[in-house]
Amino acid sequence: MTHTEKRILTNKIVMVLSTLSAAIGIAFLLWILSVLVINGIEAINWNIFIYEGAPPGYEQSGLKHALIGQLLLVGIATLIGVPLGIFGGTYLSEYGGLKSRLANVIRDVSDIMMSAPSIVIGSFVYAIFVAPMGNFSGWAGIIALTIIMVPVILRTTDDMLQLVPSTLREAAFALGAPKYKVILQVVIRGAKTGILTGVLLGVARVSGETAPLLFTSFNDNFLNTDLSQPIASLTVTMFNYATSPYEDWQKLGWAAAFILSMFILGLNILGRLILIKRKRK
Amino acid sequence: MPTIIDITEDKAIEVKNFEFTYAGSDEPNLKNISMPIAKNRVTALIGPSGCGKTTLLRSFNRMHDLYPGNSYAGEILFEGRNILQEKEDMIKLRTQIGMIFQKPTAFPMSIFDNVAYGLRLKGIKNKSELADRVEKALKDAAIWKETSARLKHDANGLSGGQQQRLCIARAIAVEPEVLLFDEPTSALDPISTQGIERLIIELKEKVSILIVTHNMQQAARVSDYTGFMYLGDLIELGRTEDLFVTPCEKLTEEYITGKFG
Amino acid sequence: MNRFLDRFFHLSTLSIALLTLLVTGAIFGVLLDEAKPAMDALGLSFLIDTKWAPNLEKFGALPAIVGSILSTALAMFIAVPLAIGVSIFLSEISPQIFKTPVGVSIELLAAIPSVVYGMWGLFYFVPIIRDLFGGLGIGLLTAGIVLAIMILPFMAAVTRDAMNTTPDILKESAYALGGTKWDVVKDVVIPYAKAGIIGAAILALGRAIGETMAVTFVMGNVHKIPSLITDPATSIPVALANEFTEADGALYFSSLFYLALVLFVISFVIIAFAKYAFLNRGKRAVS
Repeated sequence: MTHTEKRILTNKIVMVLSTLSAAIGIAFLLWILSVLVINGIEAINWNIFIYEGAPPGYEQSGLKHALIGQLLLVGIATLIGVPLGIFGGTYLSEYGGLKSRLANVIRDVSDIMMSAPSIVIGSFVYAIFVAPMGNFSGWAGIIALTIIMVPVILRTTDDMLQLVPSTLREAAFALGAPKYKVILQVVIRGAKTGILTGVLLGVARVSGETAPLLFTSFNDNFLNTDLSQPIASLTVTMFNYATSPYEDWQKLGWAAAFILSMFILGLNILGRLILIKRKRK
Repeated sequence: MPTIIDITEDKAIEVKNFEFTYAGSDEPNLKNISMPIAKNRVTALIGPSGCGKTTLLRSFNRMHDLYPGNSYAGEILFEGRNILQEKEDMIKLRTQIGMIFQKPTAFPMSIFDNVAYGLRLKGIKNKSELADRVEKALKDAAIWKETSARLKHDANGLSGGQQQRLCIARAIAVEPEVLLFDEPTSALDPISTQGIERLIIELKEKVSILIVTHNMQQAARVSDYTGFMYLGDLIELGRTEDLFVTPCEKLTEEYITGKFG
Repeated sequence: MNRFLDRFFHLSTLSIALLTLLVTGAIFGVLLDEAKPAMDALGLSFLIDTKWAPNLEKFGALPAIVGSILSTALAMFIAVPLAIGVSIFLSEISPQIFKTPVGVSIELLAAIPSVVYGMWGLFYFVPIIRDLFGGLGIGLLTAGIVLAIMILPFMAAVTRDAMNTTPDILKESAYALGGTKWDVVKDVVIPYAKAGIIGAAILALGRAIGETMAVTFVMGNVHKIPSLITDPATSIPVALANEFTEADGALYFSSLFYLALVLFVISFVIIAFAKYAFLNRGKRAVS
């Protein structure tokens, strides 16, 4: 066999292997997705939205408590995290810039925090909040989720504001506007779709978090809206129900997994569509 | 009807009724082109942007095959065979017909490995043979002096002009019959451009050269034959001095006198 | 008035930005503080002791550390070649019509919560491993595979993006010298995208080592260094998830914080290394 024939053969082998690995990877992912969709759709019915958790074997058991708890936790974390992230990102882009050492340190630390193990954040919040207060609570969960969300929004805002052309800022300054007005009325407005994408990604990111809630907001099998008490979330409920030996609880776990995944996928797709639309303009 | 000179010299390539259609295009992007490419001469292709000169050039080493859906018709005869045929061995063809691109394309590896790349693909493993042929190619590309002391350095450390010579060295190391130059100086400063032009003229002793250029002066300086293309047609091909002084076609005259383009 | 508001706005955004540093510092500080009793009592032998017996007040982290390292290594061993294969397929082989749908689905799968991967692992993958190898089906091997599948979409997406940055003209010039597709991928695309690919792999490693939910279901939380790949084991995040709410006794708690601190430091170092050495810094020389 000549050298070139060998190369052509190697090429064919590698192309087959790589197509095969793509097929394996995609097959696994389709498997997971189909498991999620089939079990989820099978488990979903109106009862889920009407009833709270119940002991195993009860007809009238649902996820109402977890859905409301999840909305409260993620919703309030978003209310706190979004302004913090946006204003922090504004500082990085508008006052720090790319050359400021402080801004770059904050960027690097945020990037690292974005990938830090979320269970560590949970144990941190346990130490500073749960232990001193003496009990698990919704607020503790909210703090943990906020800590995870802020870096995501902060860095996206930073990146998106830097894409705003400097001529736009100069034009506003030339009209005599003070800097804070230039930033609030021109720069942030110019980057609003990008920032919105960052917010969506941040919300999507924390919505799927389980580990930091395990020992902060903990869990409650019944509806609770008092944030100073333990509160249910879809993710922790999923974990508890899935690891239980009861088939009807496991079913509820799949329903929770399906609802949550669809919500997160929806946010991701929405974020994508916004970005695509912006590019078209 | 285009005016195509009938050359009496040996021909490296003969194009006959060639047509090319890009994927998704309704009609041919290159229409019924016939032309000779003289052996050991420089043939230049000029024309306004979008006229198809680069498209034509990239047909000679079947670069269009890298992207699905493109199609050829007619014949390009090289060494007695039609290289557009189905069973054409693309790997062999591309070592026989080399190409230099618009921008320097040094690979992310050392200077030596860049030049040895094509040789290694051919299966040459012997270290001293590789070293000899790399040295010869670098000398032929007039860049040996600048690189002999730092062959192991990253090729991306060279200047743009040096990188383009390196790419020429890389192309000639495998001793091709034909070299295709696709606007080789468009990313270079005037001094580097001059060097590359001088090199092209020297190289024609060993290879036949086809060069696409947007710069008419460059065509006049380096080429023996010039073809003028317009909207996918080859309008005129003649000896360079004739085409620039006494063009036969009205369109050619208008283009070289700057009436459009 | 405007000057006052300007200063106010500047200072408030600055303090918010500084908050990220503050929180990160606080995490270090608080974990260190909470871990202090265990550090004082057990010292560094905590890290190499193999016995974890809370009822005897014995706390050795080695099984959890080894479990973390082995499960992550196994996951990387499976996921890296697969991810590179997938990205070669997506960037160089796949027909145009597949590229976007397959690429987008992979990106979306990277967004699915890891707890879902864990559930899938528990209900669908554990039985297969059990049938194939006997035993419980829960253990190191299952954890490694589930982790691999979880990090695959992320790694494949980032690797593909890195490969796609290779300029066409560079690839064409390798083809123009008579290269095959594989020649071009191995000599041009991979070297060109090398920094991005290694960076993606290290970030995936950081994710895998800190991942809790995908493995908690399927690892077993047994504080023993596994002698077989199919043995149940534990990892730092798995131990934390299982024991944090059950821990009684100050030393037990403090030991768990010690574990959390070790995990935080390990992943901080891994991610920081990936960023400094391979990503964003060190801009490319090729224009």
